[in-house]
Amino acid sequence: MSKCSVGLLALSSLFLSGAAIAQEKIKVGVTATLEGTYTVLGEDGMRGHQTALNVLGKKIGDKELEFIVASTDATPDSAVRAVRKLIEQDKVQILLSPLSGDEGIAVKNFAKTHPELTFINAASGAQETTYVDPAPNFFRYNMDGAQWQVGLGKYAYDEKKYRKIATVGEDYSFIYTQVFGLVLEFCGMGGQVTNRQWVPLGTKDFASVIAALPDDVDAIYLGLGGADAVNFLNQYQQAGGKAHLMGGSIMIDQTILSSKGNAKNALIGTIAASGQADTWEDPGWQKFVKAYQDAFPPNKRFPSPSLLATNYYDSTMALILALRQVNGDLSNNQAKFREALAKIELDAPNGKIKLDSNRQAIGTNFVTEVVDDGKGALFSKVVKVIPNVNQTLGYDPAVFSKIGLPSRSVPECKKY
Amino acid sequence: MSRFVERHPAWALIAIIAIAILLWLIFAVWPPGLEEAIGRKRVFLNAVFNGITLGGLYFLVASGFTLIFGLMRNVNLAHGSLYLFGGYVGYAISASTGSWILSFIVAFILTALVGVLLQVIVFRRMEGQDLRQTMVTIGLSIVFADLMLWACGGDFYQIQTPSWLIGPIDLPLITAVKSSGEPVYLRYPLVRLVILAASVVIGIAMWLALNRTRIGMIIRAGVDDRDILAATGVRIQLVFVLVFAFGAGLAGIAGVVGGTFQSLSPGEDIRFLLASLVVVIVGGMGSIPGAALGALIIGLAEQLGSVYIPTYAIVVTFLIMVLVLTIRPQGLLARR
Repeated sequence: MSKCSVGLLALSSLFLSGAAIAQEKIKVGVTATLEGTYTVLGEDGMRGHQTALNVLGKKIGDKELEFIVASTDATPDSAVRAVRKLIEQDKVQILLSPLSGDEGIAVKNFAKTHPELTFINAASGAQETTYVDPAPNFFRYNMDGAQWQVGLGKYAYDEKKYRKIATVGEDYSFIYTQVFGLVLEFCGMGGQVTNRQWVPLGTKDFASVIAALPDDVDAIYLGLGGADAVNFLNQYQQAGGKAHLMGGSIMIDQTILSSKGNAKNALIGTIAASGQADTWEDPGWQKFVKAYQDAFPPNKRFPSPSLLATNYYDSTMALILALRQVNGDLSNNQAKFREALAKIELDAPNGKIKLDSNRQAIGTNFVTEVVDDGKGALFSKVVKVIPNVNQTLGYDPAVFSKIGLPSRSVPECKKY
Repeated sequence: MSRFVERHPAWALIAIIAIAILLWLIFAVWPPGLEEAIGRKRVFLNAVFNGITLGGLYFLVASGFTLIFGLMRNVNLAHGSLYLFGGYVGYAISASTGSWILSFIVAFILTALVGVLLQVIVFRRMEGQDLRQTMVTIGLSIVFADLMLWACGGDFYQIQTPSWLIGPIDLPLITAVKSSGEPVYLRYPLVRLVILAASVVIGIAMWLALNRTRIGMIIRAGVDDRDILAATGVRIQLVFVLVFAFGAGLAGIAGVVGGTFQSLSPGEDIRFLLASLVVVIVGGMGSIPGAALGALIIGLAEQLGSVYIPTYAIVVTFLIMVLVLTIRPQGLLARR
């Protein structure tokens, strides 16, 4: 009998120690657009993620975080494929995903099929992701595309005296959301948006799009990103374009401002709005920029972190801080961890961030203007900082819900 | 041509009317009603010109592809990688020496060398085994893509347009007449016109070389029946290597062109492989004039599509391919 119980004890302790070894690591899956049009954005996102790990460390109590990276190409199916692979093959417990707008909507829907896991949005910014039928296990610590445009319409109308503008944007959810934010504010002030052109993601030849730009407008708003933005600017220069420009959050970003060649000089003086500004004086921001610059040699990074690096930094920070609050406790379908995530207030480099009841960030927005630093490098200079921007952009939720979801033609150009 | 008119008088009439309408659209000053219906003439003219110049670029890539296929029956799916490789080489040269012209020469030579290596090391070993060659080239294209991603990163590269080519020029085509009666001429980027001219010159030179020279005669004979050609004592392997080198070199040149008026980044290889596949399927596998016609059609379809039906612009290209495959599966200008 005693022999048997000793044996059992030994056996159970073996199991327990086995379980302890398995629990020492917390597996986190990360996705980024490391292929296709948005490759550069994905790469810099991963730099932001790495910077966060350098600053905060990987230890959660006596456990350690293990990260597994999967690549996507900004299409929703590639994101779901990558997330599925991370869950089914690598058995991750938490996901830091995805980067791009359409991916976000797809991953949010997919998250509902895995209620036992937790998803932290890495950088995607479509409004629908957290506004329509949000998933209880999906948390977003960055603002959406519309929040990132707050302040731009007013600045263009009041300070730059633009009255009529036209927009060119990539044809997918994030840019719809950005134009949504811009149009709502600009038309609310009394401005006019005469024409909205949409081009497929991954368009290379913009010459005809450029030719079709109207002449009788005060400025042209560009909602492009990655390779598309660079191609547009290159061909815009060749066509001798001279219009005033306005930029979206991934257009006026280090991913474009530090591209090779001189086509980017067309952007000097362009006004934009985003969740960050390169030259912000805030000590927290300056510290982050320093950490980013120290983490990589100058030829392997941008002069200053892009919006994607910042978003990945913030989401990684939320993940680590919340895990530390619960001491890495993922029991009971990660209930404690989620509670901590929902409550956490981040002192992020780009301003304070907290979540609303849809687990969507309320944060700080920046209106910026592109300047040349005198040595040929371009930066976005702060002209206005707007704290506490929520997803309904300050509108009454009932009014906001009547506007409709961002799309090619929503919202109408009028005062709501 | 005259035979075509005799055999298909109705089609010939339709073609002539279409060409006449097109010429009128290009040269005439549009009446206000028409401008209201389909937009300004400037937009239309720009789209047409862009389509033609884009077609020029597609032709440069696809002509090498179709030449290699025509002679060796070898679907080289690593052709897009050669394009991107040429582009990166061109960027490196133009960035270090500042010479745009030199970047073309070096890109041509280096990609041609890669082509020679491919032919000697890979294709000669599996001659006549179509499926195996196809699989190997798919594999190679993935390996090349990763190697280039490793070497050059995911960044976008643009080859600096030489200063004498930057900016637009006025073409003698009237887009509108101002209320003062002063005509407004079409302004068009000079660099695209130069690229178009260059691809036309290369196309004509290739046609002449194929039809008027001894080596061209050998290649044409090889396209028809390479076994008999080999039996007559021609050193067929040498011809293969030369053609492969030339086709690859053209892809390299196209890479420099593409890097100048668009940009270079990972993924471009697949895009141009796909474009040249569509072009040669539409034009007819193995036919140089077919590649020219296919490139023109696809370029115009993409550009006119992006202006007039932007949402479905991508679909148009593939619709054309489906249409051609249904009506004339061998391609528009294929000989068989």
